[in-house]
Amino acid sequence: MGAFLEISNVTKYFPDPSGKGMQCIFKDIFFEIEQGTFVTMVGHSGCGKSTILNIIAGLERPSSGGVVLDGKEIDSPGLDRMVVFQNFALMPWMSVYENVRVAVKAAHPQWSAAEQHKCVGRYIEMVGLTGAESKRPTMLSGGMRQRVGLARAFSVEPKLLLLDEPFAQIDALTRGVIQEELVSIWMRTKNTVFMVTHDVDEAILLSDKIVLMTRGPEAEIAEVVDIDIPRPRMRTTVIEHPNYYKIRNHIIHFLVERSHQKRQTA
Amino acid sequence: MNGTSTMTGTMTGDTFRVITLSSLMLLGALALWQLGSTPSVGGRTQGLPGPAAVAKVSWEMLSEPFYDRGPNDKGIGLQVLSSLGRVAIGYGAASVVAILAGVLLGLNPILLKAANPYIQILKPISPLAWMPLFLYTIRDSTGAMILVIFMSTLWPTLANTAFGVNSIRKDYLNVAALLQLSWWGRFFKVILPAAAPMIVAGLRISIGSAWIAVVAAEMLVGGTGIGYFVWNEWNNLSLTRVIFAILVIGAVGLILDLGFNRLAKAIAYTE
Ligand SMILES: Nc1ncnc2c1ncn2[C@@H]1O[C@H](COP(=O)(O)OP(=O)(O)O)[C@@H](O)[C@H]1O
Ligand SMILES: [Mg+2]
Repeated sequence: MGAFLEISNVTKYFPDPSGKGMQCIFKDIFFEIEQGTFVTMVGHSGCGKSTILNIIAGLERPSSGGVVLDGKEIDSPGLDRMVVFQNFALMPWMSVYENVRVAVKAAHPQWSAAEQHKCVGRYIEMVGLTGAESKRPTMLSGGMRQRVGLARAFSVEPKLLLLDEPFAQIDALTRGVIQEELVSIWMRTKNTVFMVTHDVDEAILLSDKIVLMTRGPEAEIAEVVDIDIPRPRMRTTVIEHPNYYKIRNHIIHFLVERSHQKRQTA
Repeated sequence: MNGTSTMTGTMTGDTFRVITLSSLMLLGALALWQLGSTPSVGGRTQGLPGPAAVAKVSWEMLSEPFYDRGPNDKGIGLQVLSSLGRVAIGYGAASVVAILAGVLLGLNPILLKAANPYIQILKPISPLAWMPLFLYTIRDSTGAMILVIFMSTLWPTLANTAFGVNSIRKDYLNVAALLQLSWWGRFFKVILPAAAPMIVAGLRISIGSAWIAVVAAEMLVGGTGIGYFVWNEWNNLSLTRVIFAILVIGAVGLILDLGFNRLAKAIAYTE
């Protein structure tokens, strides 16, 4: 039996910006994610991280290769996967409450209104937004908006949570707080998570494994780094672990020096 | 004096100026009207009814709006209601069709591109031009009027809906797809509210066209309605009542537009 999530030989072509022919964004992407683990993909902007995440979400189709989740081939979106978007993607005409309820309703159509209401309240509380239910997302700060995004995604109780640079648009101070909150939520729920980021510290704080991508076009996976720092991790204590700077330097060195290599030798 | 009171001071100053200017415009218009209503020297042309005469007739008509003394003598309220009834049917039906078709076109960019030239050709056709065709095919003047209203309101709503839906941010549709919303779930929870500002802008243009079209249609084949009233009073050579009716048409149009202005504010959102 294969792993919980298998990404096998996924290759993606997009129309070339010049308008002539197709451009290979990445090729032969292969990695696996075990159930209950947190795996992050790190790579330079434009190497195709979002595209891979969207392929796993079913929002995009691979040019070749395939994705299997829990033994089932993925060819379209489904409630077993939920995405947290970099730009939040909250419905601006809905309140915080309605943004979460639309997800709960979709995931549990058979529940009574009272059960749905309780569930919405629980997830809003989980992200610390109790009291802001009736606010529109535009009235909230970036950090609070992404809390709504997290509540919406977790409320579906997906088999696989997909986070696309979820904290990139949040100010640095709030970002640290939310990252820690995500750690603690994840420690409780033990969801399987695939995250995409270019923030190395964020990746080390949150992940069990980090997948390193080379630069595009024709990006490839360079290596998979195991993060053997015990949990629970806190921003302040994780940096004191003897492995922290070793891992961090390794990744930074890769991003600065080696991320070209494959392309040059290819 | 502190900043706040200066602020409110200028605000009320502006409001005062606006009200003064508005009043002056009204006085000016009334003065011109009065001038135009004075019979010219030598008695060649008869003057129009003056403001005082129209005010008197208005008062009479408005104090008994719902009397009914046969087909050619009904209160102004009944006439307006009869016009509004036709508008409600033609405009209501056209809006449903236009919004549904607009959503389909908006969600299929290829279809939208293919249909767009025809929409652009059909849009500028005066709805009255269809009247003979409708009279010939359905042989019923009320039905023909309603179809004329239908034609007058279809295009603005259709075009606005199609382009509004077409420009919905991909993110919202992605969320709908991830949540596996049904077609109607997507329609009511995402597409309609996302495109609502554009759709309501279309509906607002359309209600204006409908109100213009119904007056013209009733003048042609009415029997009842405010447009028929205008034509009937012209045949009676009662220009006082014609002017009164013109004012009523303007007032009803204004109220309809204000309603949509309210609606536009209620469904507006900022991204
Ligand atoms: N729909 C699309 N059509 C054409 N090119 C695209 C499309 N989506 C992404 N690309 C291109 O694919 C590359 C990878 O994009 P993306 O996955 O967003 O990268 P990342 O998330 O790593 O920054 C970029 O060069 C981008 O221009
Ligand atoms: Mg991206």
